Amino acid sequence: MTPAAPPAVAREAGAQGAAPAVNAVLFALLAAALAAALVLPFLTVAPNRIVSGTGIGLGALPGPAPLLLLVPGAVLLLAALQGRSRALKLSAFVAAAFALAGLVSIAAEGAREQSATLPSAGRVSFGAGFWVLALLAWLAAVDALQGLRWGPLRRTLALGGLLLPVVALLALGRLDHLALLKEYANRRDVFEAACARHVEIVLATLLPALLCGVPLGVRAVRQPRFGDALFALLNVVQTIPSVALFGLLLAPLAWLGGVLPGWEIRGIGLLPAVIALTLYSLLPVVQGTVSGLRQVPGAVVEAAGAMGLTRGQRFWQVEAPLALPVLLSALRVTVVQLIGLAVVAALIGAGGLGAIVFQGLLGSTLDLVLLGVLPVVALAMAADAGLGMLAAALARPDA
Amino acid sequence: MIELRQVAKAYGARPVVDGLSLAVAPGERLVLMGASGSGKSTTLRMINRLVEPDAGAILFEGRDVRSYRAEDLRRRMGYAIQSTGLFPHWTVARNVATVPRLLRWPRARIDDRVDELLQLLGLDPPLFRDRYPHQLSGGQLQRVGVARALAADPAVLLMDEPFGALDPLTRHGLQRELLRIHHASGKTIVLVTHDVDEALFLATRVVLLDAGRVLQDGTPAQLLGAPASAAVRAFVGGTELGLRLLGLRTVGERLRPGAAASGAPLAADLSLRAALGVFLERATDRLPVVDARGQALGTLHLEDLFERDGR
Repeated sequence: MTPAAPPAVAREAGAQGAAPAVNAVLFALLAAALAAALVLPFLTVAPNRIVSGTGIGLGALPGPAPLLLLVPGAVLLLAALQGRSRALKLSAFVAAAFALAGLVSIAAEGAREQSATLPSAGRVSFGAGFWVLALLAWLAAVDALQGLRWGPLRRTLALGGLLLPVVALLALGRLDHLALLKEYANRRDVFEAACARHVEIVLATLLPALLCGVPLGVRAVRQPRFGDALFALLNVVQTIPSVALFGLLLAPLAWLGGVLPGWEIRGIGLLPAVIALTLYSLLPVVQGTVSGLRQVPGAVVEAAGAMGLTRGQRFWQVEAPLALPVLLSALRVTVVQLIGLAVVAALIGAGGLGAIVFQGLLGSTLDLVLLGVLPVVALAMAADAGLGMLAAALARPDA
Repeated sequence: MIELRQVAKAYGARPVVDGLSLAVAPGERLVLMGASGSGKSTTLRMINRLVEPDAGAILFEGRDVRSYRAEDLRRRMGYAIQSTGLFPHWTVARNVATVPRLLRWPRARIDDRVDELLQLLGLDPPLFRDRYPHQLSGGQLQRVGVARALAADPAVLLMDEPFGALDPLTRHGLQRELLRIHHASGKTIVLVTHDVDEALFLATRVVLLDAGRVLQDGTPAQLLGAPASAAVRAFVGGTELGLRLLGLRTVGERLRPGAAASGAPLAADLSLRAALGVFLERATDRLPVVDARGQALGTLHLEDLFERDGR
C-alpha cells in the first residue's frame, strides 16, 4: 500500500511556516551534478571490447550540445531556490526529464563522432560521469514528484514518461554507436530469447509459489503449531545461499531423472531453477498471507459467522478481501526479489538474462554485463510499479 | 421462543455457565446482567451456537438448536455486538444486506429493505447507503449494526453490550430507539449488559447472573423492590437503589389533580428520578405537570415521591 499522505492541514502549515524556502536536496543534487560534469569522464573510448578505455569529459566533447544542459540546470537551480512554488516543482520535473534525455542524446552523438575515428572493433561506452549525471537527474525528477504529491497512478505514469525520450532515441537507432547497443546488435537473438526466458522463469516460479504459499499461509493461521514449524523450515531455506541450493537440488533431480526417464527431469536447466526460486519465494508469500489474515479484525470475522456466513463464505467474502492488500504488497517484494534472483539461475543452465551477465563477467566485458543487468532493473521497476498500481486500485475504497 | 435447560459450559476447569435454565417468551425484552465473567455473554453466544454448551439443551421454537444447521439458525437470529463487527470493505447498504443476500432475496426486495431499515434507525438512506464504515461516527456505526441485525426480519434479536462503547447521550438515544423498534415490531430481544441503568431501562425482565448461575430473575421493579440477596442488592443498587426505583416510575403515576404550582412544567412521561433532580435544582416542593401536547394535567408534590403502600 502507498504511504498515507499527511493531512492537508499539516501540509498547509508546513508549506507556509516551518519549511525552508530553499530546497536543500535539489541544491545538493545540482552541486553533485556540477562536480560530476567537471571531473568524471562522460564517455570512455577503447580500441576493442576487452581493454579498459580512456575517458572523455563532458567539456571535451565537440559542439555546443553540452552547454545546452545548462538550461535545465538553470531551471532546477531556480526551483531549488524557490522550494515552495508548485509551478516551479512541475518545471523542475520537466527540466529533469529534459536533462535525462539530453544526457542520453549527447552521449549518443559523442559516440557517433568518436566511433568514426576508431577501428570497427572500437567501443565507446557510457563513462562514470554519464551514470552519475543520469542518476542525479532521475533523483531530481523523483524529488520534484514527491513535492507535487500526486497519487500513485499519476506518479507512476510520470516516472514512466521520464523514460519515454530514452526509449524513443533507442527506437530511432540514435544510440546504435554506443558499445551497449553494439553488444546488443551482436546478440539480438540471444538477448531477446534471454529476456523471454527471464520472464518465463519468474512466472513459472510465481505460480507454484502462490499455489503453495497462500494455502500454507492460511493453514499456518488456522493451526499456529503448523505455522511455527513451517516458518522454522522456510527461514532455514532462506539462509541457504542460492548457488548452494541449486547444487543441493542437482543430485536428487539427476537421480529422479534416472528413475523416470520419460519425464525429462535433469539436475540442470529450468526445473531446478524454478524449484529453488519457488522455495525462496515461499517465505514472503506465506508471511504476506499470514500477516494479511492476522490483521483482519477478530470481531469482523466473528460477526460474519454470527450473521450465518458459512466457513467458505467467511473466507472468500470477508477474510480474503481484507487480507488481499497486505498479500499484494508482500507479492510486490517477492516479485522484485525474484527478478533479481533469477539472474543466478543462469549458473545451472536455466538461461535468462543472467546468462548474458555471466558471459560479460567471464569476458570482462562490462557493456555486456550492462546489457544483461539493465533489463533486469527495468523488469523489476516495471513489476514494482505495475503491482503498486494494482494494489492502489484494489485498495479498500475507504483507504 | 427460546429455552435453556440445565445448560453448562466450562473453559478448562473453570465453569462459565453452571446449570442454567431459562425460558424466554415471545416479545420479551430479556436482559442478561452481571459483572465481567458472570457468563452472560457465553450464555448469549450459546443461543446462536457461536459457543456450543458442554451439557444441557437449548431450544429455539421448540426444537433443539443442534438440530438446525448453524448457519440457518444464525440467519434467523439478529446479532449485534459492541464493536459492531461491520465489514470495513462493504458499504453501509451491503453490510445491512448481509443476511438477506445469504437468504437469496430478490435484489429489489433487498434494496427496499435496506432503505426501510436505514430510515427506521434514523439514517437518511441517500446519504448513508453508499458510505463505508470508517466514514461513520460511533453512534451511526451502531445504528448500522442494529439495522444489519434486523435485516432479514428475524424473530429474535441477540445483542451483546451493543451500546457499551458509546457516549452517554448517544447511548441513551439508541436505547430509546431500541424500545421504539421493539414496540413497533414486537421482536424478542435478549440483551447482555453490565450496566444496571441500561438493564432497568430496557428490560421487561432482568436475569442477574453471577459465576454462571442465576442470582435473581424478575422484572426491574422486583429486582429493585425485593432483591433476593445482599449480592443482588449490592449489584443493582447499593446506595442508589432508591433512586433507581424512582427511575422506573413516571411523573404521571404520582400527580395530583389541580394546578397548585408555577414555573416550567414537567412532562408526564418523565421519570420520577429526573423529576427529583428538577425539585432539587429549583429548590421547590411542587411542580406543574403537562401532557405531551402541553395540556396541564396537575401537580407533582415532592412528598409523593416516597414509596408508600398501595402505590
